[in-house]
Amino acid sequence: MKPSREQKVWMYEHMLTSRYFEECIEKIYMEGKSPAFNMAKGPIPGEMHLSNGQEPCAVGVCAHLKPEDIVTSTHRPHHVAIAKGVDLDRMTAEIFGKKSGLSGGRGGHMHIFDPAVNFSCSGIIAQGMGPAVGAALSRKLQGLEGVAVAYIGEGAANQGAFHETLNLAAVWKLPVIFVIEDNAWGISVSKQTSTAIERNDRRAAAYNMPGHYIPGNNPLSIFEVAGEAINRARLGEGPSLIEIETARLAGHFMGDAEGYRPEGEKEALFQRDPIPAMKQHLEEAESWSDAEEAALQSSTQARVDAAIRFARESAYPAPEEAMEKVFV
Amino acid sequence: MTVATIKKERKLTIARAMAEAIAQEMRTDERVFVMGEDVGPLGGVFGNTRGLFDEFGAERVRDTPISETAFMGAAVGAASDGMRPVVELMFVDFFGVCFDAIYNLMAKNTYFAGGEVQVPVVLMTSTGGGYSDAGQHSQCLHGTFAHLPGMKVVAPSNAYDAKGLMTAAIRDNNPVIFMFHKALQGMGWLGTEKDAIVHVPEESYEVPIGKAAVVREGSDLTIVGLTSGVHHGLKAARELEKQGVSAEVIDLRSLVPLDRETVIESVRKTGRLIVVDEDYQSYGVTGEIICSVVERNIPLKAAPQRVAFPDIPIPFTPPMEQWALPNADKIIAAFNQMENPS
Ligand SMILES: Cc1ncc(C[n+]2csc(CCOP(=O)(O)OP(=O)(O)O)c2C)c(N)n1
Repeated sequence: MKPSREQKVWMYEHMLTSRYFEECIEKIYMEGKSPAFNMAKGPIPGEMHLSNGQEPCAVGVCAHLKPEDIVTSTHRPHHVAIAKGVDLDRMTAEIFGKKSGLSGGRGGHMHIFDPAVNFSCSGIIAQGMGPAVGAALSRKLQGLEGVAVAYIGEGAANQGAFHETLNLAAVWKLPVIFVIEDNAWGISVSKQTSTAIERNDRRAAAYNMPGHYIPGNNPLSIFEVAGEAINRARLGEGPSLIEIETARLAGHFMGDAEGYRPEGEKEALFQRDPIPAMKQHLEEAESWSDAEEAALQSSTQARVDAAIRFARESAYPAPEEAMEKVFV
Repeated sequence: MTVATIKKERKLTIARAMAEAIAQEMRTDERVFVMGEDVGPLGGVFGNTRGLFDEFGAERVRDTPISETAFMGAAVGAASDGMRPVVELMFVDFFGVCFDAIYNLMAKNTYFAGGEVQVPVVLMTSTGGGYSDAGQHSQCLHGTFAHLPGMKVVAPSNAYDAKGLMTAAIRDNNPVIFMFHKALQGMGWLGTEKDAIVHVPEESYEVPIGKAAVVREGSDLTIVGLTSGVHHGLKAARELEKQGVSAEVIDLRSLVPLDRETVIESVRKTGRLIVVDEDYQSYGVTGEIICSVVERNIPLKAAPQRVAFPDIPIPFTPPMEQWALPNADKIIAAFNQMENPS
């Protein structure tokens, strides 16, 4: 299944939105954090895991999803949230810890919940896999439409939860798709030194489900493979596992000196930045014009700028609101 | 602390002190090895294994996959087979993915084996918040670990104790949970409690597990705490001094075994008790300490008070988190409440 021009433009649009969003967050995160870098300071405190470079994983899969489909994501969630259609104003306000944020400032960047589009994420590795399987089970039991997609990093494929959920999803033939964003690193530990096999798609065989490996960090090939897996799930034929070769163009989190990377690796990754590559594809295959490019750049940036303005201008919650929402 | 006689100051952070203790034990005991996530070339996300990989190599300083169930269980098995693993759980909050190996194996195997099997694991893990890392990266969980029998639990407030407790923990024939608070770690990016950076002797020494320390003497009030709570207590004591109140501050240092005697002695003298804990308030350290005093029928001049984290998940946004965290002002307010109950 090849993407139409419209679908390609949708993917490119969300890649641009996500990248520009991260670039803005990166700048604002540093406000108040110099000369001494202290995570607690500035308008965006706490850990910050940027998704620069991983946009293809988000758009290639989410292009097939509808609001009722479920997505669980990780500690590195912004690109997926944006592609899933999470309310950008309220997500940004959440990252700033504002009252108008999706959870009123209680969750922050690793705990983004937007039930309107069935998106959630969390901070512990492989943690979203069980809930994705459960949501898929719920849809099956209720006879409702919808598939679940669990995003994880390649490091998470070595968690017990990975193996347990794959088996469970297969035994119960659930409409769930497991998507591994393989950026080759779990903080300072490489996939190579931590994972017994080169490619995690081979692990699908152990759980009797289709496994796909997608090289190249290319939204077009991700679109094709994900479309097949999602269709399969929608038809009641069960789960699939997809591993996507991608690239983390930022540090593990903001403040990471990345001394563990071999020399030249980072530069090589930037050479293969998926965004210029996608633009080039559009120009070559879809006669993408300069005017279209300029219009899309300005509309995506305007959208992000508006979200950031909304977040900045929103008020902080009252401290005592911390006591609310533990129970409903 | 025995710093009174020191001439030349050698100030270390808790992170450096922990790494030094581990290195010294590794030099003298071949059985000691380290494993965990990012403990190798990176030297630990919180710096407490820095330098170990360069000195001892990949065989004895092992980066693990993100597989806590596996390596925590492996620590138990290796320890029972004659090794002395020092294993890191990067954030205590991650205990959920490996607690079975911790509390059903590490903590109980010696007992199940009638004392015939030893499990000399040191499980080091970071605790604490205050820098907006939200509800899965900021907890203390002191009470959770201390509640379950079979594991010793230590939690230093300064580098001197950190080194001595680490040395004692590695030499101990039982599992020891070593909880280090991120804000005391001396990593600039987490903010740094300067009072945690103290003189640390170069030579190896032990701080006995199960002994609290009176870190400040006083006669009117006893403030009991651990890790960050000790520093809040000391700040409050300095403020109260200005009001003419003499506060004694006790650093528990160990939760298991718990040095109730030192607390009881102090409260017998002062008649007033405030317990400070960054862990959730209910079913935790604060209640345990107060109960230990009350059940011994120590004469009290006022009802004991506690300053702890409210029973809510730790919120992300600074206004909420800072409001919920213990601090010196809350200790002073608790004292005023004791004196003038509203
Ligand atoms: C159970 C658990 N162990 C360890 C961590 C600490 N940690 C956070 S991110 C990370 C690396 C994750 O690597 P990967 O899954 O490949 O995702 P990436 O960061 O590369 O996106 C680790 C070890 C955690 N959050 N949860």
